[in-house]
Amino acid sequence: MMTPHSAPVTFAELLGQPWLATLLGVGAIMGFLTLNVLFLIWAERKVSGWIQRRMGPTEVGPFGTFQTLADMLKLLSKQLITPAHVDKPLYHLAPLVVFAPVVAAVSLFPFSPGVSISELDLGLVLVFAFAGIGVIGIFMAGWGSNNKYALLGAMRSVAQNVSYEIPLILSALAVVLLASHPEGITLAAGTPEAHTAPLVGTSLAHITLAQEAQGYWFVLVQPVAFVIYFISALAETNRAPFDIPEAESELVAGFHTEYSGMRFALFFFAEYTNMLIVCMVATVLFLGGWDGPILPGAVWFFGKTYALLFAMIWIRWTWPRLRFDQLMRFCWGVLVPIAVLNLLGAAALAQVL
Amino acid sequence: MVTEPTPPPDGDTYFLNMGPQHPSMHGVLRLLLELRGEQIVSAEPIIGYAHRAHEKMAENRNYLMFLPNTSRIDYLSGMIYNFAWCEAMERMNGIEVPERALYIRTIAAELNRISSHLLWFGTFLLDLGGVTPFLYCFDDREAILDLLDTVTGSRLTYCYGRFGGVTMDVDATFVAGTHAFLARLRDRLPDYKRLVRDNPIFRERCEGVGAIGPEVAFDYGVTGPCLRAAGVAYDVRRAEPYCIYDRFEFDIPTASNGDSLDRFDVRVREIEESARIIDQALAGLPEGPIMPAKPKKRFKPAAGELYYAVESARGHFGTYVVSDGSETPVRVKLRTPSFSNLSSMPEVLRDTMIADTIAIVGSVDVVMPEIDR
Repeated sequence: MMTPHSAPVTFAELLGQPWLATLLGVGAIMGFLTLNVLFLIWAERKVSGWIQRRMGPTEVGPFGTFQTLADMLKLLSKQLITPAHVDKPLYHLAPLVVFAPVVAAVSLFPFSPGVSISELDLGLVLVFAFAGIGVIGIFMAGWGSNNKYALLGAMRSVAQNVSYEIPLILSALAVVLLASHPEGITLAAGTPEAHTAPLVGTSLAHITLAQEAQGYWFVLVQPVAFVIYFISALAETNRAPFDIPEAESELVAGFHTEYSGMRFALFFFAEYTNMLIVCMVATVLFLGGWDGPILPGAVWFFGKTYALLFAMIWIRWTWPRLRFDQLMRFCWGVLVPIAVLNLLGAAALAQVL
Repeated sequence: MVTEPTPPPDGDTYFLNMGPQHPSMHGVLRLLLELRGEQIVSAEPIIGYAHRAHEKMAENRNYLMFLPNTSRIDYLSGMIYNFAWCEAMERMNGIEVPERALYIRTIAAELNRISSHLLWFGTFLLDLGGVTPFLYCFDDREAILDLLDTVTGSRLTYCYGRFGGVTMDVDATFVAGTHAFLARLRDRLPDYKRLVRDNPIFRERCEGVGAIGPEVAFDYGVTGPCLRAAGVAYDVRRAEPYCIYDRFEFDIPTASNGDSLDRFDVRVREIEESARIIDQALAGLPEGPIMPAKPKKRFKPAAGELYYAVESARGHFGTYVVSDGSETPVRVKLRTPSFSNLSSMPEVLRDTMIADTIAIVGSVDVVMPEIDR
């Protein structure tokens, strides 16, 4: 039996059959992600409706909750149109290349003490690596579409994602420094299960455990890193005010202009799942993951994640969009220097704490 | 026919057609952009997709029958255009307009100007990627449409004027409703300022972007808020007062740089000035008839010509009418402000970023049906 504060136990060990666990886990993740996307799109429409003093969807199901389900069924049933002049291999592959990594990335997260599909010491690195693959898919879509608007959107997307990954990772690195305890730290102090264990700073579960053991969330000691991370995360997920790759008032729909039906839905799916991923990373890095009193860990984990997602939706419906050159200047001229300085500060802090 | 200009020999530029089906182009404007990366080398507006031959139609019907056409030229300030035609005809035929009708016209025209500016406010923010102000402004504008609906019977393409007055009288409900609307608008404008004008991203996107200086404005005949943003206090209501605008106290808002931000500021202050005019007109609204005691049925202006200018929401709108003494005009020429304002775009858009194209064209506030007529 697992206890709330034992060292991480993987899902596979719980079930005893690694292949069965993996299969079930992937199925569970797919189901969860689908529900999450359906919920997020509904929430986005409802919240935007409230912000704009209107109702949002109301007709299909209670409070319009089935509206996105109906939309998804519509997209599923649509004919897949392949425009005549596209580069076929790239065009067909792109939605999958965008879609697959986000599913893989979600499986790395510790939703609750000991509950994750695959628990790796390099979990955080892997999440960022998977996020990097999505950019390739976006560029494939833009290039393969043979459309100037799509190409412009893809070029912007690549430049933006590559640039904003730097402050994103630098701010995450500050937390990694604080969470690393190779010499070992007392876990679950004050309980019968108290023991000392070394913690790896790049393991998502260990980062959470470090915050639990030290008694505070890293947002309190690294507020600058949190702000930088959140801004970069908005840019990484192409959300307003950094939604220039698909700025509908300039580039029609950006890189997915030529996509329709289920292929378009895959892009949409990936976009909303990416939002979930960056918010889950922020929850683990800065807000203590599953850590919290009374309620079960998973409730805390998802509560924090969806609070951040709400903030993302809120920002999108409040602010106008930056221009491309301003966006890049903001990244290289403001975020990167601050992130580097903050990292130096965090390194010093890690020596003290 | 427009042919694509030949690309320069180095071949590092390409063409991009923005419009006429671009989702955020205003109406059916088509811009042929020559781009180097995201930078605009040259921009050429291509117009004519909403041409309905209003001027030709005028030559084939009598003066009164052209009246419904006028509000379809610029559908966003239809009331102003409608009255412009009426006032031109009144001047040509020597018709006296009752005082009350003049006041009602002023109120309706200024309400129409506010609604046009509110719509522009929302769509401009939409161009910049901010969706929410659009809904707020449309909510306010809806109140104006409802108000005008109660007296004119239409919400967008009004035909409220008649030669000699207006079709229907306003009642106490309208007056009270207008007061209530102005109070609400004044209450909400500070909110819009906090939401939009104080936003650093908004300022970053507008400040110094798409500047139209006084020289460029004079060269191309740019009028309206765009000209006033460049620092030239030209407003037909003040320069050559028509209707009863000489009786009211109002300022002509101007700015100095002529960029998108100045155009924004000028329009927002114009909303306030229009509200001031409406307040004064409501206070001075006299009792009396709204049409002459014995309206004429047939209009045969003496042979001659007339140029009558008004200030529409977008600038100097001129109606040039040539009469040969018959019931039908020989020639009608409409000088529409958007046409001249748009014609300055190749000059203004050069060397800007592609993201600014939509923002600059949006800040100029063009109405395509007015350009194509």
